[in-house]
Amino acid sequence: MTLLEPHMTPSADDSLLVAGPGRSLAQDAWRRFKRNKLAMFGLVLVVFLLIVAIVGPFVVQDPTKFSKTVFREPPTRQHLFGVDHRGADVLANVVYGIRLSLFIGILATILETFIGIFIGAVAGWFGGMADTLSMRLVDIMLGIPYIILAYAFITVLGRGVLAVVLTLALTAWLQTARTVRAGFLQAKELEYVEAARALGVKSWRIMWRHILPNEFQPVIVLVAVGVGGAILAEAALSFLGVGIQPPAPSLGRMIADAQSHFASAPYLLLFPGLAIVVTVLGFLLVGDGLRDALDVKDV
Amino acid sequence: MTTFVIRRIGSLLLTLLGGYTVLFILFFALPSDPAEVIAGGNGKNPPAAVIENVTKKYHLDDSIPEQYVRRLWDTVTLGGESFQTHEPLVETIKTRLPNSLRLAVWAMLIEVTVGISTGVLSARRRNSLLDTASTLGTAVVSAIPVFVLAYLLRQVTGVYAFQHQWPEWARFPVLSEANHGWYLGIIPSLDQLKHLVQPALVLASVSTVIVARLTRTTMLEAAGSDHVRTARAKGLRERRVLTRHTLRNALIPVVTFIGIDFGTMVGFAILTETVFGWPGLGSRVARAASQSDLPVVLTLSMVVMAIYGVANLIVDISYAKLDPRIRLGGAK
Repeated sequence: MTLLEPHMTPSADDSLLVAGPGRSLAQDAWRRFKRNKLAMFGLVLVVFLLIVAIVGPFVVQDPTKFSKTVFREPPTRQHLFGVDHRGADVLANVVYGIRLSLFIGILATILETFIGIFIGAVAGWFGGMADTLSMRLVDIMLGIPYIILAYAFITVLGRGVLAVVLTLALTAWLQTARTVRAGFLQAKELEYVEAARALGVKSWRIMWRHILPNEFQPVIVLVAVGVGGAILAEAALSFLGVGIQPPAPSLGRMIADAQSHFASAPYLLLFPGLAIVVTVLGFLLVGDGLRDALDVKDV
Repeated sequence: MTTFVIRRIGSLLLTLLGGYTVLFILFFALPSDPAEVIAGGNGKNPPAAVIENVTKKYHLDDSIPEQYVRRLWDTVTLGGESFQTHEPLVETIKTRLPNSLRLAVWAMLIEVTVGISTGVLSARRRNSLLDTASTLGTAVVSAIPVFVLAYLLRQVTGVYAFQHQWPEWARFPVLSEANHGWYLGIIPSLDQLKHLVQPALVLASVSTVIVARLTRTTMLEAAGSDHVRTARAKGLRERRVLTRHTLRNALIPVVTFIGIDFGTMVGFAILTETVFGWPGLGSRVARAASQSDLPVVLTLSMVVMAIYGVANLIVDISYAKLDPRIRLGGAK
C-alpha cells in the first residue's frame, strides 16, 4: 500500500554526488528522511506521543477516580477534555489510552516481526515443503477477514492485555513473512551467498548474518506501518466489544461507550478518536518516509 | 484456459477448507470448554443447564474429528441455526447477503469514479494543490478508524443537519434500512438512497484513497514510457494520448486492486455495517461475535471468505484474458 510518493524526497543520486568523508547507509537514509517534511511531521507526532505516554501519568488526574457530582460535562479549565458519563476525566483516560495503545502496538509489532522474519527466512531459504506449507498457511489466513481471525484467536487466548498483544502478533506476521521470503529467494542466488557457502559457512549463519542484514530494509518499513495497523486493529476489536476488558483504558472501548451519548456529548468520542488518528498517522507517515528514504518498493 | 480455471477453482476450494480448519481449531478444538463460551461468553458464569443444552445442541461432547466433519457438513450446506436467536442460518444469509453485496457494489462505484479521477488529475497536475492535498489526505484517511469516520459523518449529516434545518437533500437518516425500495435488486429508490449514501461513503473511503494513489503512481509511470513518447511524436492529440495510451496501460494494476478489494469490502464491512445498522452479513457477524455465537460466526465467515475467493478468481481469469503476456494453463 503506497501512501506517499517518492517525489517528496529528492532523488537518491544527488547525495551520492557530494564527495567527502564516507557515510553509512543509515546516515544516507537519515539525510533523505530529514528532507521529507511529511515524514518529519510524523516523527514529531510519534516522539510527542511517546513523551505523553511516559510523562502524561504524572500530570493528569487518576483515570479511575469518578466524580460523584459531575457527569458528561463539556471541556472546562479543570477538565480540558471534559468529563465522561461515569464522571471520569476524559483527558486522563485518553492519556492512559494512548499509553496502552502504544504499548500494545509496539510490543505486538516486535513479536510479529520476529515471527514473520523466522518463517519467511526458513521458507525462502530451505524451500520445498517448509515453503509450500507456510505460504499456504499465509494465503489461508489472509483469506479470512482480519477481524474474524483476530476474534478467533481471542476466543482461545482470552482478553487480557498480553493475550491481545499475542493475538495481534499471531495475526499480523503474514505480510512480513511474505516480504522476507521474497528477499531470501532473491538473495539465495547471489554471489555473496554462494561465496559464503563455498567457504563452508553454516546455513544458519548465512541466513542471519549474511542475508538478513541485506534484506532488512523492507522489514523496517513494515515495522513502522505495522505499529499503526496494530493500534487500529486493537481499537476495532475493543470497539466491537471483543477486545481488552475493562478496567484497562482502551481508546476503542471509550469510543464504543461514547456512542450512546454521541448526540449530546460529541467530545466523549472526539478526543479518543483524535488520539487514535494522531497516533496511527504518526506511524504511517514515518513508515512512508522510511519507504522513500530507504528506497524500498513493493511493501 | 479450462485447465487454468479448473486448477484455480481447486486451489480456491483448498484455501476455503484451510480457512474452515483454522477457524474450527480456534473456535472448537483449542478452547478448553467451547460450550461455556457459547453459552455465556467471556467471564460470565452461565447456568449448568444452559451449558448442557449447548453441548447437546452442537454435539460438543463428540470427538474432535467427528465434530470437524459434522460442522464442515453444516457449514457447506449452510445448515444449523443461531444459538441466541434460533434463526436458521440459511434465512440469515438469504436476507443479509444481498444487502452486503449492494453496499459493496455502491461503495465500489464510488471507489472507481472518485479514486481514478482524483488519481489521474493529481498525476496530470503534479505538485499542484490537489496533488499535495491528496497525498496528505491519503495518510489521514488511512489513519482514521472506520467507526470514528462513520460517527463523524453521521453526526454532521444525520444529527447536526436535522438540528439546524439544513435543506432536505443534505439530511440523512441516522440508521440505514435496506429492506425496501430496490429496483432490479441493485438500484435504490430515492428513500433507500438516503439510507445508502453514508455507509457507502464510509465503506469506500479507505479504498478510494488507495485507488487514487495507485492510479497516480501508475499514470506517472506510464506517462514516462516510450510508447507514450512515440504517440506524442506522431502528433496525436494530448487527449488521445491520455486516454488511449497512458490511461489504458495505467489502469491494469488498478483494476486488479479494485477486483480483489470487492471481496475485502464484503468482509471489512463489519465495522461500517455495525455503526450504521446496515442489515448485511458484517453487522450480523459482529453481533454474533459479541454474543460468542461461534457457529454463526464460523458459517458467515466462510460465506464471506467464499465471496472473497470468487472475486479473486474472477480477477485472475479476466486479468489473464486481458493481458496476452500471461499464459494460461502454465508453461508447456
